[in-house]
Amino acid sequence: MPVLRWIRRNLIVIAGLLTLAYMILPNLVVMVFSFNKPNGRFNYAWQRFSLDAWKDPCGVADLCGSLSLSLQIAFWATLGATALGTMVAFALVRYRFRARGAISSLIFLPMAMPEVVMAASLLTLFLNMGAQLGFWTVLIAHIMFCLSFVVTAVKARVMSMDPRLEEAARDLYAGPVQTFVRVTLPIAAPGIAAGALLAFALSFDDFIITNFNAGSTVTFPMFVWGSAQRGTPVQINVIGTAMFVIAVTVVLAGQVIASRRKNNARP
Amino acid sequence: MTQQQQTAGGDVRLAGISKTYGSFTAVQPLDLTVPQGSFFALLGASGCGKTTTLRMIAGLEEATTGTVSLGDEDITDLPPYKRPVNTVFQSYALFPHLDVAENVAFGLRRRGIKSVKKQVADMLELVQLGDFARRKPHQLSGGQQQRVAVARALINHPQVLLLDEPLGALDLKLRRQMQLELKRIQTEVGITFVHVTHDQEEAMTMADTVAVMNGGRVEQLGAPADLYENPRTTFVANFLGTSNLIEGEVVSTGGDLVVAAGGGKLTLPRERCSAPTTSGGRLLLGIRPEKISLAHVDDADCIAAGRNRVTGRITDSSFIGVSTQYVVESPAGGALQVYEQNIERDTRLVPGAEVVLHWNAAHTFGLDAAQDIDAGASSVEDAE
Repeated sequence: MPVLRWIRRNLIVIAGLLTLAYMILPNLVVMVFSFNKPNGRFNYAWQRFSLDAWKDPCGVADLCGSLSLSLQIAFWATLGATALGTMVAFALVRYRFRARGAISSLIFLPMAMPEVVMAASLLTLFLNMGAQLGFWTVLIAHIMFCLSFVVTAVKARVMSMDPRLEEAARDLYAGPVQTFVRVTLPIAAPGIAAGALLAFALSFDDFIITNFNAGSTVTFPMFVWGSAQRGTPVQINVIGTAMFVIAVTVVLAGQVIASRRKNNARP
Repeated sequence: MTQQQQTAGGDVRLAGISKTYGSFTAVQPLDLTVPQGSFFALLGASGCGKTTTLRMIAGLEEATTGTVSLGDEDITDLPPYKRPVNTVFQSYALFPHLDVAENVAFGLRRRGIKSVKKQVADMLELVQLGDFARRKPHQLSGGQQQRVAVARALINHPQVLLLDEPLGALDLKLRRQMQLELKRIQTEVGITFVHVTHDQEEAMTMADTVAVMNGGRVEQLGAPADLYENPRTTFVANFLGTSNLIEGEVVSTGGDLVVAAGGGKLTLPRERCSAPTTSGGRLLLGIRPEKISLAHVDDADCIAAGRNRVTGRITDSSFIGVSTQYVVESPAGGALQVYEQNIERDTRLVPGAEVVLHWNAAHTFGLDAAQDIDAGASSVEDAE
């Protein structure tokens, strides 16, 4: 049977394509419906093609305000978590100190604990401290849970780093600061970048912890959830599509640059 | 930069230097002088303290006691980046994020030298890697990476170049080639090289002076030929090449020493014995396998008088091209190794044959019998 043989030969490709479709299909639906012009308030059934929402992405009250707030929180949370997480990772890998093992497992706790539980206990903590819920409490919470992901990503990288590289730098007239800037940091950079990207993505779309600790502040995920009760504006799909396209473009650009560098290295 | 003009730096002097980690002593207090411009090898099995010694010269390891000086300058308390000393690391430790040229230029740039292009090009030419300047280290073969590591260190014109098992990761053929290459570079640049290795052949091929280390101590120091011909301990005798060691009792100390072993008498020149000798005392006699001649027992009468002789039976023989290696079981000293050149092979010399081993008495050396007769022997196999 030639058909069966063909299937057998291309089984891996077929399985791969199916998996890819499974992952990409929801994104495609979001994209398609960003060009919809729904009747009524819910964007759940296709009516006809329209660019209205793309022409006026901020046309829904509070949408762009919440988006900008989410981006700001994600930016600062990424910065804070990456800086702290990188230092923690180096400390855990490079130094031997009391309770090192315990700290190492504690770092994993935010990843393992159910988000709802963490959100509720954080809220209890903030209320007991008398903290004003809002931007700062959300930021603190985000840095806290992003930290474990950054530590994990950077730690893996630092662990695979040959400590002799730093010795070689010191041997070649680089002082402690120069060694860190010229050798340690560039080599750890991919791990740090991966951690930062993860942190950004996690912070940007976090809902549960944010919802508990935001007070009257509304982030983008909270806005989407809130509006879904009363109707879904097409603009949400527009923002979603834009985020997806930007993310894919960044990844593709990164790969193109990397492969070009590789080609340049082989004249 | 001062390091560059000061090519005439001076000797490396280690005075009473030692290193302990907690209760473990890696290097016993050690005095060592490496003459300027020499190719010096620290030879020993793994864990003997040779790398720690090297790292103390580099400044990567703090000495527990003692001082390191370079010429007249005490550099014990200088951090590694202030010492005019560079290292070629065992794993090369090339910076993976920099290309070959930037790896080589690293030391110059850190010292604030702006125009490095010419120097880098010249240095890559010296190690024959001119076409590889823009490659990343992971795109090079092991031998090429090794040469980049050498270039990266040498470009700084250090007063001393430290090499930590630099050829350990290469295959045998490449290792031989790199040995000659490194020797050529050393002759060309005239810098003091301190080379750490566990490979006794490598040390003997390359170095002017070899220090054999064992258990954190220098067992013996000297030119390769001197160490080989006149080992003063069983460790050196076994670690450098192979030695046959025969235990015996001193019977006469007038003139040459005469020792009774295995029912016969063996003589050796007094000056070739490093141990104190008294009549009736025990002594280890050493003889290198290639110094021994084999004769079939039927021809025993043809052996010239005055030669040391031992009887035995061949238990094993292996043909390895230039020579044949025999193992001879002898009442004098267990299994003795004999290497015979394949010039005129006696067809009677096969396993089972009764033979007489004989050698020039002057080739015998004497060692203190109080030592472990097998010290250093197994390490040779590990190193191969």
